[in-house]
Amino acid sequence: MKQDISKLLQKKKKNILEDWISLQLADAGLREDLMSNDELREQSAELLDALLQGITGDNLADFNSEGLSPVYEILAGISISRARQGFSPRETGVFVFSLKDAILKTLIIELANDQQALADALILINKFLDNLGIATFETFIKGREEVILRQTDEISEISTPIIRVWDGILALPIIGTLDSARTQVVMESLLQNIVDTGSTITILDISGVPTVDSLVAQHIIKTVAATRLMGAECIISGIRPEIAQTVVHLGIDLSNIVTKATLASALKYAFAVLRLDVKRIQKEK
Amino acid sequence: MRIVLIEDAMLIEKEQDVVPFRNRVKEYAVKIGMSVVNQTKLITAASELVRNMLKYAGGGKTKMEVISEGRNSGIRLVFEDNGPGIKDIAQAMKEGFSTGQSLGVGLPGAKRLVNEFEIKSSPGEGTVVSIIKWKNG
Repeated sequence: MKQDISKLLQKKKKNILEDWISLQLADAGLREDLMSNDELREQSAELLDALLQGITGDNLADFNSEGLSPVYEILAGISISRARQGFSPRETGVFVFSLKDAILKTLIIELANDQQALADALILINKFLDNLGIATFETFIKGREEVILRQTDEISEISTPIIRVWDGILALPIIGTLDSARTQVVMESLLQNIVDTGSTITILDISGVPTVDSLVAQHIIKTVAATRLMGAECIISGIRPEIAQTVVHLGIDLSNIVTKATLASALKYAFAVLRLDVKRIQKEK
Repeated sequence: MRIVLIEDAMLIEKEQDVVPFRNRVKEYAVKIGMSVVNQTKLITAASELVRNMLKYAGGGKTKMEVISEGRNSGIRLVFEDNGPGIKDIAQAMKEGFSTGQSLGVGLPGAKRLVNEFEIKSSPGEGTVVSIIKWKNG
C-alpha cells in the first residue's frame, strides 16, 4: 500500500506542480516584488523533483532517512535565501504548506474509491509535510540569526568613532559592552590614529558602557598600557558614581590610570597637560 | 520565611548571551525598586559569575528569583555548570588568584558586591554559585 503512494505521486507530478503553483499564485501574500513568478516556478519544480525522487514507500514515516537529505538541503537553501531576501515567516511557510494542499488534493481524487487507503495516505502525507514545514522554519530562523550576527559585527565596527577634539587630543566614546573583539577593534584604530595624528593625549569615554566588570576593566587597563607604550597618555572619562562604587567593591585597582567623571573634565585636564589656556574674552566696547 | 515571588531561568551558551542575561537581571532589579548603586553591584557580580561560567565551563544554566523575606525583598541568582569544577575553593576565592590570566578579582569581588554568596564545587562535578542581593542591603 505504502509503495502506491510514492508511485502515485510520481505519476501525478505534473498535476501536483501545477496545482501547487496556482495555489501559491492565488495566495494573497504572494511577493512578486521579491521573487518573479519564473523563479518561484523554478524553485517549486526543483523541490518537488527532489521530493518525489527521495520518497519511497518506507521513508515517508522516517524523517531522518538518507534518501530525504537532498530534499532537506534544497529546502534549507530556499528558506535561508528567503530569510535573507526579507520574506516573512508566513510567506515562507505558505510555500511548503501549499504543497501539502496540492498533494492532498491529488490524493483525494486518485484514491476516492478506497476510503481506507485514502485515510492512511492522508495521515502519512500530513505528517511528512508538517515535518518539512518545521524544517523550513528551523532553517529560516537560522538564516535570520546569521543576519543578526552580521549586524552585530557591523555595529561594533561603526560604533567606535575616533574624534579629534583638539590638536593632539583624541577622544573615543565607547557605547555598549567592551568585549574582547570590540577591544581589539578599539585598540587597533586608536593606536593607528595616534600615529596618524601625532596626538599625545587620548580620552577614552565610557559613559555609554552599562557595566564595568573585571573583564571590561582588564580591557581598559590593556588599552591604556598600549597607548602609553606609544608615548601617549590615556585618560578614562565618564565614570558614573555607581560604576565607581562597584569598581572599588570589586577590588579593581585603577589608581595608576588618570580617570575623570566627565569628558569635559578630562578635556580640561588634557589642556592643562598641553599647557593650553581656555579663556572667555571680554567683549570690546 | 523566604518566599519566592518570581522564578525565571536562562541558558548561557555563548558570549552573546551575557548582555541579554544582564538586561534580564536588571529588569527584575528595577521591578523591585532596587537603587541604581545596588542594581549596578548586582549586575556586575552576575556578569563576573556568568563570564566565569562561559570561560571555564563553556556555559551553563542560570536561575533568577525575586524573593521576599519579611519586609525586605531581593534577587537571588543561581549559576550552575557542568564544567571541570574548582579544586581549591579557598584559593579561588583569594584576591588576585586566577588560572585564566585574568585579574583574579571575579569571585572575591562578586562576593563583596552581594549580600549572600555561596559556592559549591568539586573537581569533575561542576560548580554551583548562588548569590542574593537585598533591595536595602
